[in-house]
Amino acid sequence: MDTMAFSGWIFLSSLLAGLLGALTGLGGGVVIVPVLTILFHIDIRYAIGASLVSVIATSSGAAAAYVREGFSNIRIGMFLEIATTLGALLGAWLTAKVTTHTIGILFGVVLLYSAYSSLRARHDHLDAKPDALALKLKLSGCFPGENGPEKYLAHRVPAGFGLMFAAGTLSGLLGIGSGAVKVLAMDQAMRLPFKVSTTTSNFMIGVTAAASAGIYLSRGYISPGLAMPVMLGVLAGSLAGSHLLVKARVHTLRVVFAVVIVALGVEMIYNSMAGKL
Amino acid sequence: MKAWDDLRIEIYVARMLRTGVFLAAIVVLAGGVLYVAQSHGPRNDYTHFHGEPQALRSPSGIAHRAWALDARGLIQLGLLILIATPVARVGMCVAGFWFEKDHLYVIVSAIVLAILLYSLFFDH
Repeated sequence: MDTMAFSGWIFLSSLLAGLLGALTGLGGGVVIVPVLTILFHIDIRYAIGASLVSVIATSSGAAAAYVREGFSNIRIGMFLEIATTLGALLGAWLTAKVTTHTIGILFGVVLLYSAYSSLRARHDHLDAKPDALALKLKLSGCFPGENGPEKYLAHRVPAGFGLMFAAGTLSGLLGIGSGAVKVLAMDQAMRLPFKVSTTTSNFMIGVTAAASAGIYLSRGYISPGLAMPVMLGVLAGSLAGSHLLVKARVHTLRVVFAVVIVALGVEMIYNSMAGKL
Repeated sequence: MKAWDDLRIEIYVARMLRTGVFLAAIVVLAGGVLYVAQSHGPRNDYTHFHGEPQALRSPSGIAHRAWALDARGLIQLGLLILIATPVARVGMCVAGFWFEKDHLYVIVSAIVLAILLYSLFFDH
């Protein structure tokens, strides 16, 4: 395969990954890494380098749309970014210390969890008992509800902070946005409204990824010939996906996509254990 | 008025992010067209990891290669612009919280900015 055909195929795969990632809310990174490693036999370090860059593009590209909705909370996002960026430094540092098999297996597990979380039922818990630490750190806000602005306050701040550190580590180690874990930290641990969790998570993903991108770059993981079609493809796909999202019914798609993710996850784990990755 | 001020920071930030991503995509695309046009023979081997050449690993090295209109240098420059957008975002938040006189969050965002700059400018 010459460079033009190879770039073309990678671009098309990335376009599809970005499209599906946006439609399901999982992000393109979680799909593109298994596609690059399993289908194209690309070394996982090059794959996570290209994926991480595309994660930044998606997060920054979608920011304008999210701000307009008025759900994201920059204080909560910024405070938790201390945890995710520190975790991202640890994760990027770990990529050179652990074997590619370990990365592959861990990636498979994260895929399985992402599939599960994308199908999990969502419900908000607005039992606003005052939390001293959250008040001191001003981790509160209000969002446009059906009956006017609704107030909320973060709970269990240390647990959320700890989970965010883990999310950052996974992001740095696997080159993904790890949006599923970020949403888990805010939605489940800190009891923030679901919409606030997902939009704030999108904002945080770019900053978290940037923290490990510097390390990836200086380690030579970011290869221009590969990152170019991946970044352009995922960006175009996710922008198209978020436009479609307004019109399409996503539930069926979400189920189909979850099945694909489970298959990729099992394949990643199997390949890693068989030493093929 | 606090909520309004936060919203204003967010709107400025979102506008900057969108411009940054657009600019990065244009530079990557330009470098990509040049890269594909100049390529000949079989494609690069990505199956075995050997890392990128030293010149494509640091901001200063990339700037040099891009200035010489080297295709891969241009792509890396675009990617560097992309990586810089969230960093600029945090920088804008430091300034925004400063204008709001929210000292706690000036410190919080300055810590995040320091972590990002450490990652980007130190050789790891």
